Amino acid sequence: MQLKLRVDGAERTLEAEPRHTLADVLPTHAGCEHGVCGACTVIVDNEPVRACLMFAIQARGKEIRTVASLAACSTAGEALHPLQRAFNEHHALQCGYCTPGFLMLALPLLDRIKKMTDEELREALSANLCRCTGYQNIVKAVRAAAEAMR
Amino acid sequence: MKPAAFHYHAPSTVEEAIGLLSEYAPQDGHILAGGQSLVPAMALRLATPAHLIDINNVEELGGVRTESGYLCIGACVRHNAFEQPIVEGPLGRLLATVVRHIAHYPIRTRGTFCGSLAHADPASEWCLVAATLGAELLAQSTRGVRTIAVEQFFQGVMTTALAPDELLVEVRLPLLSKETRFGFSEFSRRPGDFALAMALVVRGEETRIGLGGVEASPRRIAAADAAVEPLRDPRYSAEYRRDLARTVVRRALEQCS
Repeated sequence: MQLKLRVDGAERTLEAEPRHTLADVLPTHAGCEHGVCGACTVIVDNEPVRACLMFAIQARGKEIRTVASLAACSTAGEALHPLQRAFNEHHALQCGYCTPGFLMLALPLLDRIKKMTDEELREALSANLCRCTGYQNIVKAVRAAAEAMR
Repeated sequence: MKPAAFHYHAPSTVEEAIGLLSEYAPQDGHILAGGQSLVPAMALRLATPAHLIDINNVEELGGVRTESGYLCIGACVRHNAFEQPIVEGPLGRLLATVVRHIAHYPIRTRGTFCGSLAHADPASEWCLVAATLGAELLAQSTRGVRTIAVEQFFQGVMTTALAPDELLVEVRLPLLSKETRFGFSEFSRRPGDFALAMALVVRGEETRIGLGGVEASPRRIAAADAAVEPLRDPRYSAEYRRDLARTVVRRALEQCS
């Protein structure tokens, strides 16, 4: 079956069965594939969702955003998004497998992070699993990115 | 693993949805709402429905309203709708307090209030809220609409009074008077994980104590020292769960003293 989806601002035609999830049809990292780890997180209509828990067919007519939209392509090469730069500067990744998911989880938080307590931010970021960093630097990087973007 | 193949239906009205459900329920057809419990079960092949009737495009199920003393919650209202008080007064604050314990942020953007009730996991926070407050549940099928009292709705672990062809279209929670105080306490191994025990205490004209996560279904208990029959679980003994139950009830009571 042919499916038309809007991904990162462009219309894409994909071949998918109803049982295929967004994690199956998008170039996201797939981790547990049953909603536990968050590695596949993408943004659908401005909210982060587990791509493995949403069937691709359910995303028709919605605006999907993946990690690929973050770094803007310029003639001088790829420029990192402030969130990506902060992850780099604060050592918020090691192996990098969870990173696209964390970036998509954190991106919608950046607008409201000023009003969030540390506890609230940590609760929000506890949605995704990272087995390298111990999370402290991820929390620091997200705060730093919000600062840099002000 | 990948979910097994199924036929997908996307109705846009309740009429259409219950028509499809009536047609496909005998052929293992099920409702898909937020999908945050059903899709993992499908990925693990614990559930292999032949037909899914996706109600996410049914606009009339997406709303919340107050009517004759009740907060009426439509089938597609998602958890995150309750993060800011959805209604003035103690009920809105109570729901905003409890919602923070439900799974995680990207789960709350998809999962639904009514879906939690229809799923009837013993560890569901919304099931505890419904049981404690005495919710009314509206089930609709091509045979008509009926109201089910919460005391009759939960019938065991992931088992409810809904017939296979019935769609839970709305849940009604009684609004709480201005002076009502409440306390909520939950114990889980990690933030966002399934509750091993949780208690909700609501003190208005009367005191209501609800206990969840401990027994097969959440329920209102008659007194703080009521006898409970904990779930059988190889990891957590009955005595451990009883002990947790005592602790969460005490903590919830203390919050509203």
